[in-house]
Amino acid sequence: MLDLTFQPPKPKVIAGAKADWELVIGMEIHAQVASNAKLFSGASTAFGSEPNSNVAFVDAAMPGMLPVINDFCVEQAVRTGLGLKAQINLMSAFDRKNYFYPDLPQGYQISQLYHPIVGMGEVLVEMGPGVARLVRVERIHLEQDAGKSIHDMDPSLSFVDFNRTGVALMEIVSRPDIRGPEEAAAYVAKLRQILRYLGTCDGNMQNGNLRADVNVSVCRPGQYEKYQATQDFSHLGTRCEIKNMNSMRFIQQAIDYEARRQIAILEDGGSVVQETRLYDPDKGETRSMRSKEEAHDYRYFPCPDLLPLELEQAWVDDIAARMPELPDAKKARFMGDYGLTDYDASVLTAELDAADYFDAVAHGRDGKQAANWVINELFGRLNKEGLAIADSPVSAAQLGGLLDLLGNQTISGKIAKDLFEILWTEGGDPAQIVESRGMKQVTDTGAIEAAVDEIIAANPAQVDKAKQNPKLAGWFVGQVMKATGGKANPAAVNDLVMRKLGL
Amino acid sequence: MSTIDISTARKVAHLARIRVAEDQLPKLAEQLSGILTFMEQLNEVDVTGVDPMTSVTPMRLKRRADVVTDGGYPDKVLSNAPDAREGFFAVPKVVE
Repeated sequence: MLDLTFQPPKPKVIAGAKADWELVIGMEIHAQVASNAKLFSGASTAFGSEPNSNVAFVDAAMPGMLPVINDFCVEQAVRTGLGLKAQINLMSAFDRKNYFYPDLPQGYQISQLYHPIVGMGEVLVEMGPGVARLVRVERIHLEQDAGKSIHDMDPSLSFVDFNRTGVALMEIVSRPDIRGPEEAAAYVAKLRQILRYLGTCDGNMQNGNLRADVNVSVCRPGQYEKYQATQDFSHLGTRCEIKNMNSMRFIQQAIDYEARRQIAILEDGGSVVQETRLYDPDKGETRSMRSKEEAHDYRYFPCPDLLPLELEQAWVDDIAARMPELPDAKKARFMGDYGLTDYDASVLTAELDAADYFDAVAHGRDGKQAANWVINELFGRLNKEGLAIADSPVSAAQLGGLLDLLGNQTISGKIAKDLFEILWTEGGDPAQIVESRGMKQVTDTGAIEAAVDEIIAANPAQVDKAKQNPKLAGWFVGQVMKATGGKANPAAVNDLVMRKLGL
Repeated sequence: MSTIDISTARKVAHLARIRVAEDQLPKLAEQLSGILTFMEQLNEVDVTGVDPMTSVTPMRLKRRADVVTDGGYPDKVLSNAPDAREGFFAVPKVVE
């Protein structure tokens, strides 16, 4: 079963001019629910549509329009909560977060401040074999996305598209348990992997379907342990929030820059001002979003248009009964049942499609050999040709067939690679191909013996050398393999050559 | 007893983007304070063990299936916009 013995990683330490500093990081991940329609309207969530074509009057906040919640979005939030081993709140409610911005036609975002749908959960973030950080998730709430502003189409105007307005987001809020830029990126990657396994969010960061707000503060060594012991935030430094990042690399760069900026201020005798900042990847620095300062007074209040969201325990139980195998469990099973290394199991479980493929190939076969073929031959070839696993010309059944032929010694390892090439370029049934093209390994000792005798007879000089230096016997093995078109069993050839040469 | 002073009234008006003339602020502050006072009076009622009432009839939140049933009328959505260009709402430049 799951091996949960792990050591936490060491926190990242940054040496300032005067002292050492540690980082404390909490994250808010906005994950777009993989729904067809929006959270409170029947408009489409499709990406890349004509501007303002996926907008219902509800989304445009026309007077008198009322929100009606999308059942599927509620279910996905619950699934995500269950996937993070979190508490599901059978009673949650929606609140209005009030602020004015051109991409927010309602003048408020419907969110869940006081009673979120999901409570405390956790994410296990592996940082290496046996090293992992358990990050506590404080809550997940459902909320509406805002629209999109485009600033480069006119010198004095911003253009606004409401297609995104009202799309369902799950905001996943962590506790400040993350201790370095690499951990932060690994946390996002792990969360993304879980969401993709669950199918609740497609995790497409490029399209902005998964974005992160990062809270960063710095403290002197020892302070964080005091916070963990008491959960009293006063032991920690003042934090700044870096908004809206959709790249793992930028998240790491932004945290590193922001930590160093805060350390410089503190060592200079100043104090960090709690504020919202923006990362500029071109300049590699964060800067203050002053315009957001006043807007921080959101005047939340319960949304009068929506009744509380009540869930039945039986409905939640039904979702729980249909949960897929999640990455940690799958990885543990691959290591336990198939004898894979930690590394190979991580590679094979990174994406669900690849894990399923491997599972189909390895089932009832030698797991390690299956892993080698999937990782080295298949992934290697897919990468080279820029293909996804779903587009693989060689199916799991075909690769499994190849492994069967290899396993029962019908073909040699060398021929297996030729067979893989044929399957890749031409397709077909592995066993039939081997049969019809005469690729079977020659295990008939008589035939191999004849070939060995022939090579020995034709090369008396080499025979003498090999007798002086037994390492040269390999040359004969190579010649015999060549003469038999690679179909001779290498082990049998080796035995015969050694015997015939009297070695 | 909490009260709303003139500067709080000014701030709330600004946050709500409601223009209130300076000479109207004292009266507004007084009215808002009156509402708060009434709320405080309500707070005196002991509601221990009483669930919050969210609806006057025994209704539950209505839910919708995840089906696209709306949208596809950008012209209508944009028809009241003070300025719209190339399918977008056009607004004074906002850049962070």
